[in-house]
Amino acid sequence: MTLLTVADKTYLCEKEETVLEALLRGGVAVPYVCKLGSCQTCLVRSLQGTPPELAQMGLKDTLKKQRYFLACRCYPTEDMTIRLSDQSAFYRDGIVTKNQMLNHNTMLLEIKFADAFEFYPGQFVNLQRRDGLTRSYSIANIPQQSNTLAFHIRRLPEGRFSEWLHDELETGDTIAVSEPRGHCFYLPQRSEQGLLLVGTGTGLAPLEGILLDALQHQHTGVIHLFHGVCEVNDLYRSDFLQDLAAQHDNFTYTPCLSGKFVPVGFAKGYAHDVALATLSDLKNWRVFLCGHPDMVNQMKRQAFLKGAAMRDIYADAFFSA
Amino acid sequence: MSDSTTETTHATLYERIGGEAAVNAAVDLFYRKVLNDYRINRFFDGADMEKQIDKQRAFFTMAFGGPNNYTGQDMRNAHAHLVKKGLDDSHFDAVMEHLGATLVELNVPAELITEAAAIAESTRNDILGK
Repeated sequence: MTLLTVADKTYLCEKEETVLEALLRGGVAVPYVCKLGSCQTCLVRSLQGTPPELAQMGLKDTLKKQRYFLACRCYPTEDMTIRLSDQSAFYRDGIVTKNQMLNHNTMLLEIKFADAFEFYPGQFVNLQRRDGLTRSYSIANIPQQSNTLAFHIRRLPEGRFSEWLHDELETGDTIAVSEPRGHCFYLPQRSEQGLLLVGTGTGLAPLEGILLDALQHQHTGVIHLFHGVCEVNDLYRSDFLQDLAAQHDNFTYTPCLSGKFVPVGFAKGYAHDVALATLSDLKNWRVFLCGHPDMVNQMKRQAFLKGAAMRDIYADAFFSA
Repeated sequence: MSDSTTETTHATLYERIGGEAAVNAAVDLFYRKVLNDYRINRFFDGADMEKQIDKQRAFFTMAFGGPNNYTGQDMRNAHAHLVKKGLDDSHFDAVMEHLGATLVELNVPAELITEAAAIAESTRNDILGK
């Protein structure tokens, strides 16, 4: 017999009973369909307590790592604290330590915290203004001694939130930041696997975090990063990424321009088209796709058709509000 | 593992075929075949891959005789917009072909494939809105 805690209430899980059964019996509205571990509708997360192996079968590795599990396949072996998927995130305050332009419309924003801020590079957080206006932004760095998170903020035309970040927020200001979310991040297993990173615009932010994380973990497989923008002046972090490519034999950086004018040294076309033309077979590759939803959706399908397993395709589509 | 819903003398097809491990193995193989098939892939244009994969999981769970919440009416409703786009027997046949080929590739015994195919076949009229 084990105890399950959900949103500060405790439920008894009988022997031979699954988490799903126990919670439904207790009146918790956990969504479910098949009760067999196939449909994955009853995906929940353990905040405390290790889910048994059976409860994580068939899940993406990054979900496993974050202790997500299927309630219908979980016969708990210890007490667990569980969060249902839709429970709202916890916020805390950070202080703006840097806001400097990376190119004509994209700003590097750094926010520092008093205590360690735990995250996996590639995850995103919600930033919140005092009046409650909220937007999601990807974290662009790896965990720092200084407890600082970095973000790439592009000024969107008539984007209320990005204009506020660009025009009004100053260093020293306080801003509310949610706990990190998302399962588009690197895990240090299968380090010989090829990594394909394709991003458009500020989709580079999570990919930079993922890239730095993989390099720090001494990933041995080849790593290809394709960054797609329209014109040369829309690129940013180019020098840094070129230096990185020079230092690491297994890392290649390809800036791609979809606009008309393409100087020597840049690939012409959409980043995902260039990536697909460069890499003919993606079997056994791990693929990370971040940025424009059209690119992400098309590339997901193409990467899958070129042999990447669906569970090895990690995507973060950016929708602008 | 203890799972005693009802007393049965025989293991279900779902259990004999390998349960969710078999579903996991089948889904990618099957869906890749479907998307590569020019006869039917237009019906999947613009579909969200993750959601599609979830649907394929549900499809395989059903074809393997596992419990599922699908009613004939659900099948009709879910495919009605595709019927409008011209979904017919030839497309259903193509999907059945890929189901069979996937299970052969996974070395599922022929008699189990026959059983799974029969279950999938039983949804034909609902899916095609007949």
